[in-house]
Amino acid sequence: MKALRAVAFTFIGALAFTAGTGGGRQVLAQDTTFKGITLIGNYDPTRDKISVAVLPVTGAFGDSLRAIVQRDLDFSDRFTILPIEGGDADAARTGGAASGLNYSIFQRLNAAAVVQMTSMPTGIHVALHDVAKGQVVNVGDFALPSAGFTRDWRLAVHRASDEIARWMTGQRGIAATRIAYIRGSGKAAAIRIVDSDGAGEITVPTDENGISPAWHPSGTMLAYSTYGDVASRIVLFDLTTANSRTLTTAPRNTQYITPNFTADGTSILYARSGENGSDIYAVGLSGNDAPRRLTAGRGAENASPTSSPDGRRVVYVGNAGNGAPELYIMDADGTDARLLTEYDFSDKNYRSDPDWSPDGRLIAYQEQIGRNFQIRTIRATGGTPKQLTSEGVNEQPSWAPDSRHLVFTSTRSGVRQLWVLDTETFRMRQLTTSAGSRLAAWSSRLTQ
Amino acid sequence: MNATRRFAGLTAALLSATLIDACHKKAPDQPAPAVAPAAGPNADSARRAQEDAARRAAEDAARRRAADSAAAAAAAARDAAAAGAALRTTLTAMVHFDYDQSDLRPEDRAILDAKVPILTANPTVMIRVAGHTDERGSDEYNLALGQRRASSVKAYLVQHGIAEARVQTISYGEERPMAQGADENAYQQNRRAEFDITSGPQTLRKP
Repeated sequence: MKALRAVAFTFIGALAFTAGTGGGRQVLAQDTTFKGITLIGNYDPTRDKISVAVLPVTGAFGDSLRAIVQRDLDFSDRFTILPIEGGDADAARTGGAASGLNYSIFQRLNAAAVVQMTSMPTGIHVALHDVAKGQVVNVGDFALPSAGFTRDWRLAVHRASDEIARWMTGQRGIAATRIAYIRGSGKAAAIRIVDSDGAGEITVPTDENGISPAWHPSGTMLAYSTYGDVASRIVLFDLTTANSRTLTTAPRNTQYITPNFTADGTSILYARSGENGSDIYAVGLSGNDAPRRLTAGRGAENASPTSSPDGRRVVYVGNAGNGAPELYIMDADGTDARLLTEYDFSDKNYRSDPDWSPDGRLIAYQEQIGRNFQIRTIRATGGTPKQLTSEGVNEQPSWAPDSRHLVFTSTRSGVRQLWVLDTETFRMRQLTTSAGSRLAAWSSRLTQ
Repeated sequence: MNATRRFAGLTAALLSATLIDACHKKAPDQPAPAVAPAAGPNADSARRAQEDAARRAAEDAARRRAADSAAAAAAAARDAAAAGAALRTTLTAMVHFDYDQSDLRPEDRAILDAKVPILTANPTVMIRVAGHTDERGSDEYNLALGQRRASSVKAYLVQHGIAEARVQTISYGEERPMAQGADENAYQQNRRAEFDITSGPQTLRKP
């Protein structure tokens, strides 16, 4: 905390300096509407945290609203949330500045920014104060459903948090996202969906022996596969209508596993496992087109296809020659497959469950290190991997839309749970609290 | 003392039961009691008595024969059921695998070899082979490994003359462990292929 305050203090000092010249660098500005608070030139959004005070909110659900926004900003791992007592806030409001805030108080608290939310009849009005400048640098209105605490209401608050994060750093937050996963196994298994902050969990009506949920890029649909004594299928679940439909049913003596949507959302990549090994196929969502086979396994098992964000390539796991599973990258049409994870000559190991980061740079996967699987990342162009976990068994990583946070399955608490890791600061938080949670898939940013 | 007496009583009861049983079993082979024809004034009544006795003996014998054949049929059915159950046990005996392998070990080939004549003798029997894995390895990739194990078993049976269409393969991956636990003993039990008879006669025919 002390160190963070010191960092914040450095911001303040620098802000005071740059504010005068009007030359403060807008970090990572991505579009013309970005109106971030002024920050020092060497601010590194991956390491430095911006100190933020979120003022108490009056009106219905005001306390909940503030608590959710504070937590969202905290979970983005880019802010330090300063505790503000009621008395502090009152004093701050009665200050002399034109905006109604006494900025000198926030300077003493080492706050770089202040978030001020006001309840409105149809939602909230948000003002972002730059403490060093002593003025409001951004405002916005966010509609909220009239019924508080519903999933829609929470998602709307998360969207406001993400926009506030963007005002400050240039990068939208990831609060308005959800994680689909499997809890339990066999007949008792069900797909569940939980908000990025661990709240608002629901169970999706899941066909028996459903496994491997995957999000459509739009966030409005899930795909999953089924296994076992009823014919294996790929099932699509429409989250807006709550309707399921079978996209395709596996022929006798084969099964469909590891479905994933292509980046453009028009097709599903999956593996068909049968008597001649497992091969990767692509099939359109209409269900009218014949599946296209992308790999020629020749008895090997190829599975877990994941599209690159530009849709041009696919990373997957394969065990050519029936050796240990390794990661391969091929073109989207199945040509030009090459081995990604043999770091050195004949350095073979059990490597599986790849997920391509939304920014296209990294592939997260699991590798057997000693007795246990651990999460690693490797550049999509190859090279030396980075190991991100070491405690317990850690598996099945899935990237958040910010290409910075990962959700994965870990036994570090004694049983399988989902955990979220910030790959920049290595901060870890437990997402689920029911044993047997696994096979998580992180959605895109959700708009509904 | 008490126990001894009770034991003696029990033994006696068992003995007499055995004797009765022995007599009972012998009865059909014994001719009806032969009585010498009697002469004299009471010859008619004596003959009638003889005839009655003979008729009763014949009726008793018939009753015993009926009871015996029913018992024999029941015993035969029991034997057949036991034999059928034994065949069923042989047909559904599991095979096991080494870690991350789908190759059949010699002892598991022997288990499959024992199934082949039963399948040949019962051509309407259809079976389903379910491949399973232990909990190590990727949850999802293990579904592929389970399928490979089931396919490996099927390929062996087909090589030994069983029609392809009679053997269905599915995989449960690591989703249905036989043994709980995270040790090699549990892992070994879980790396298996299970067999289900999906259709065929109630009682299997002996090869």
